Amino acid sequence: MTPFVPFFFLVIVGAGTIGEISVSRAMKEIGEVHDFSPRNLISVFLRALRVPWMWLGVGLMACGFFALLLLLSFENVSFVVPVTAVSYAVGALGGKFLLGEKISRVRWLGVGLVCIGVTLVCIG
Amino acid sequence: MSSRQLKVKTLSLLVVMVLFGPMGDILLGKGMRRLGPVPGLQLSVLPNFLIRAFESGTVWLAISSLSVFFISYLLVLSWADFSFVQPSTSLGYGMVALLGYFVLGESISPTRWIGVLVICLGVFLVGQTPARTTELSASERQRANAIAATVSEIG
Repeated sequence: MTPFVPFFFLVIVGAGTIGEISVSRAMKEIGEVHDFSPRNLISVFLRALRVPWMWLGVGLMACGFFALLLLLSFENVSFVVPVTAVSYAVGALGGKFLLGEKISRVRWLGVGLVCIGVTLVCIG
Repeated sequence: MSSRQLKVKTLSLLVVMVLFGPMGDILLGKGMRRLGPVPGLQLSVLPNFLIRAFESGTVWLAISSLSVFFISYLLVLSWADFSFVQPSTSLGYGMVALLGYFVLGESISPTRWIGVLVICLGVFLVGQTPARTTELSASERQRANAIAATVSEIG
């Protein structure tokens, strides 16, 4: 299974991140929730089910979770979880190049440190 | 609610997050390691393996623990700034390594410990910067203008 480790990380980080973006897009379509009464929350939930982005997002996040389960069946938690922090780098790069967000110097420094840390965990 | 009470409430939920998130990961690892390595990625074995995973009590305990983390995360975000909450979660990476070492008895080399520390620092810095850098959307701009107009009317 060891040769598949990078593939598992790709699914955990890739499907997880795209899934979260899809879910947040679906929630934006529904609009801000002001009324937290159980009745309204049920209606928000039912409306969410009608947004295709929600299904895509939940499906992708489930794939990410399954990949995490499979990887944890043969790799240490103290290796797997820190490496998934690479999603912060993917998020920053995606934010910059796909969504046109401006990334500050401090954030790039943080992303750089995450990448160095992940490399150390991988070779350690 | 006084600002002191709000602070206590926020800090308590952050502690819950930093404990339950990593604990969920550790339990997930424990439950899955007990099943043994996944035998392959073929469709003939994968569904069966995942069903066995969901029959494990430890895996469900892990999912419950991760749910507690997630609900606290959503709750705290409903009043605290994302840029305050997110750096606090960076502690979780160190916590996972500590629990992995002490609870699961995983061996962690010095290089790996340093890597985990550097990751914590990096995640902390990522959260130190404004959560929003893009321009406001048209509807938000409209709402902001309306509020500004009301404020100047009152003034």
